[in-house]
Amino acid sequence: MPLLEIRNLKVEFETASGPFKALDGVDYTVDSGEVLAIVGESGSGKSVAMLALMGLLPDTATVTVDKMEFEGRDITKLSATDRRQVIGKDISMIFQEPIASLNPCFTVGFQIGEALKVHTDLSSSDRSRRVIELLEAVGIPEPKGRLSSFPHQMSGGQCQRVMIAMAIACQPKLLIADEPTTALDVTIQKQILDLLLKLQEESGMGLIMITHDMGVVAETADRVVVQYQGRQMEESDVLTLFESPKHPYTKALLSALPENATGDRLPTVSDFREFLESEAKKVSA
Amino acid sequence: MTNVSTTETRAKGAVAEKLASESRNATKAMLVEFWYYFKQNRGAVIGLAVFLILVVVALLAPYVAPHSPDMQYRENFLQPPAWEEGGSATFLLGTDAVGRDILSRLIYGSRYSLFIGVVVVTIALSGGIVLGVIAGYFRGSVDTFIMRVMDIILAFPSLLLALVLVAILGPGLTNAMIAIAIVLQPHFVRLTRAAVLSERNRDYVVAARVAGAGNLRLMFKTILPNCLSPLIVQATLSFSNAILDAAALGFLGMGAQPPTPEWGTMLAEAREFILRAWWVVTFPGLAILVTVLAINLVGDGLRDALDPKLKRS
Amino acid sequence: MLRFLVGRIGLLIPTFLGVTLVAFSFIRLLPGDPLDLLAGERGIDPARKAELLHQMGFDRPLWHQYLMYLGDILQGDLGTSFVSKKPVLEEFFTLFPATVELSLCAIFIAVAIGIPAGIFAAVKRGSFFDQTIMGTALVGYSMPIFWWGLLLIIFFSGILQWTPVSGRISLIYFFPQVTGFMLIDSLLSGQEGAFKSAVSHLILPSVVLATIPLAVIARQTRSAMLEVLGEDYVRTARAKGLAPFRVIGLHALRNALIPVITTIGLQVGVLLAGAILTETIFSWPGIGKWLVDSISRRDYFVVQGALLMIAGVVMLVNLIVDVLYGLINPRIRHN
Repeated sequence: MPLLEIRNLKVEFETASGPFKALDGVDYTVDSGEVLAIVGESGSGKSVAMLALMGLLPDTATVTVDKMEFEGRDITKLSATDRRQVIGKDISMIFQEPIASLNPCFTVGFQIGEALKVHTDLSSSDRSRRVIELLEAVGIPEPKGRLSSFPHQMSGGQCQRVMIAMAIACQPKLLIADEPTTALDVTIQKQILDLLLKLQEESGMGLIMITHDMGVVAETADRVVVQYQGRQMEESDVLTLFESPKHPYTKALLSALPENATGDRLPTVSDFREFLESEAKKVSA
Repeated sequence: MTNVSTTETRAKGAVAEKLASESRNATKAMLVEFWYYFKQNRGAVIGLAVFLILVVVALLAPYVAPHSPDMQYRENFLQPPAWEEGGSATFLLGTDAVGRDILSRLIYGSRYSLFIGVVVVTIALSGGIVLGVIAGYFRGSVDTFIMRVMDIILAFPSLLLALVLVAILGPGLTNAMIAIAIVLQPHFVRLTRAAVLSERNRDYVVAARVAGAGNLRLMFKTILPNCLSPLIVQATLSFSNAILDAAALGFLGMGAQPPTPEWGTMLAEAREFILRAWWVVTFPGLAILVTVLAINLVGDGLRDALDPKLKRS
Repeated sequence: MLRFLVGRIGLLIPTFLGVTLVAFSFIRLLPGDPLDLLAGERGIDPARKAELLHQMGFDRPLWHQYLMYLGDILQGDLGTSFVSKKPVLEEFFTLFPATVELSLCAIFIAVAIGIPAGIFAAVKRGSFFDQTIMGTALVGYSMPIFWWGLLLIIFFSGILQWTPVSGRISLIYFFPQVTGFMLIDSLLSGQEGAFKSAVSHLILPSVVLATIPLAVIARQTRSAMLEVLGEDYVRTARAKGLAPFRVIGLHALRNALIPVITTIGLQVGVLLAGAILTETIFSWPGIGKWLVDSISRRDYFVVQGALLMIAGVVMLVNLIVDVLYGLINPRIRHN
């Protein structure tokens, strides 16, 4: 039994100009201890899928799915209260903008401790001890002194570490990282990725890495799902993907990597767009 | 020689003509877009409709009103509205304590309210813009001085300052309008200054300066048109505030003096009859409320339509 | 924080000097001189008048008069009422508690209803409730409160006969003013029915005075909430599995309150302006009615004193709100 199994997920948004299909029938499977990367350009629906799993989409979104099971339990059948016991405890998520993702009005210690307060029955002194442990685990120097810091007093990298501490507070079985390094400096990006992988290896949790960066995929993932405009283009293990990509879109994506630049111009995916569209027509025909 | 220069002039003229027509088209497109967003807000459209009806009623008052606002019908003191027992169709909304037709007085009163709004906003807006542009453009001690004076005005509750100004100037509609304009002005100064401050270092202003535009041109022709949105919204809000404040002053006996059919003054005259004749109190106030509400609805609609931040959501 | 506070007070001093200048100019700008006003239509002997003017310092250069006025203010001397012959400051402090009681009650109503209504409207954005609440708020915001007060009197005092028309308490009760707040004093007096009488006198004026602040607070809360609900940290809170009540009531509200507190502070001016009208309608013996009466009695030293004191109160409350703003906004507190 896989840790997470999603079949035929569709998400539609109501907009002023009619319904908009953000996701059109995608499948994901993640096992414990596995790192799955979801890659695609912006607008490919890679975040939407995970937000749908977490129940974080706005009211304007309609989600339909054939199967959405976590540890064999059908998540869609859970009541809102039961679902909240899974969300934030067994499945947790970190986001792209670490500074904006932390509440500016509460201390770091409070925000991490809150996750523990809601999902565990630790006493308050146990909780603060655990928060310090967590801050230490994510590599924040002087964790004790940092408890009463506010997010605006920390750097983006440190805020992302705090977000990670918050996400792993209840020892989740699945961690979803939505472009966790995009908003960070290049030097910090590597540290955060290493931290995520280290934590994943230590705890054996499943990790879903949403990214648009093939470099990140190569460095972290076991398996890869490639998405384009709400559809799944290809799914394979990471080696196969880089060595022999099957889908033309994946090929296009790979040839847009910087090392493939010829002359002074970097190819972009849109160079392949015409080709892709003709392919898409062939598929639908 | 002559030929060349005529051709040149002609060419210049053509370019100017083209530029002018382009700018006209851009303005037109902007208005169309604005109307599209304004139209989305049902309340604002209703408010605008009510306001336009009021304007028409005010303009046509002598033709619309069934009676003269000052005519006292000695036989009909405190006659109730037509639908109440003892009322008659001659006086639809009843009569006041000296037998004047309330409906006719309300219709004539709309002239005063709209007039007050227009005059107060014109004074406050033009004064506020000039001071605000000067403060924001020149900065330094001029700015500090102007803003300190505005802070002082804002330290007083508006009605209090208006009351005191009227005490100095003497009661009456004109003085009340001057007082209210002075009290409302600081908001325009602050808004204009803030907008000018955020615009003055933009590239287009620098470009105009480099092209040799003088201070006055930069202040009023280059920068000001780009600061208009918040001013328009504030002007609408001030219009309704002016009507409310003028009515309040009238109610306190410091605004328009009886027998002027100004709505606030009518309320003041009606006060002693509140427990005997509800209609003399109810209708003038209702007229104020509906007018102010209509203008505020338009103001909300304008704000939503002009605020590009909200447009996207 | 201390530097923040000192900075704010530093900004207030020139403004307060400006306010004293306004109050000073007020008497000098009035048509006629103070003694003509004092003497009324009977007139006054010119020699006697000159002597009195000299005594009061009105024949000295203006700057000298202004310095004298500032000196008087610093000593707590705001002049004497022509009518009651009592010091203006003493009258002010006798009447001020009535206005404070009324304003506190009004702001309490405004906050207690306005904030929940605003939150509710924001959470149910676009729904029937949202539209009803915001529609009602706009009506309240557009309300001529002097008329609204009269309507309430017609209905509750006239038709239903539930509430009295004027005053702070029924005349049959008499007890010493300990705090100046009728609600507390009536309880302290131990007289049966006194508290109930005080409440029934207070309720209508408070509702009238609360109307506009309530509308403003509800509108501001809604828009602040709408802005905050779209923030990333609210999504984080939901991703933690927190109950909606906690997400909205703690994470979102805590941030939305920052602009709302400022708005509440700005209502002081609105409240005091409203008190002028409300107290006049309900014959509430506070400083608003005092001011209006003094203007109509041409008791101009009282008007001058009231002008100064009211502006002082507004500035003081704004200072407190600024400090509060710093306290509840960590981004200011720690910079």
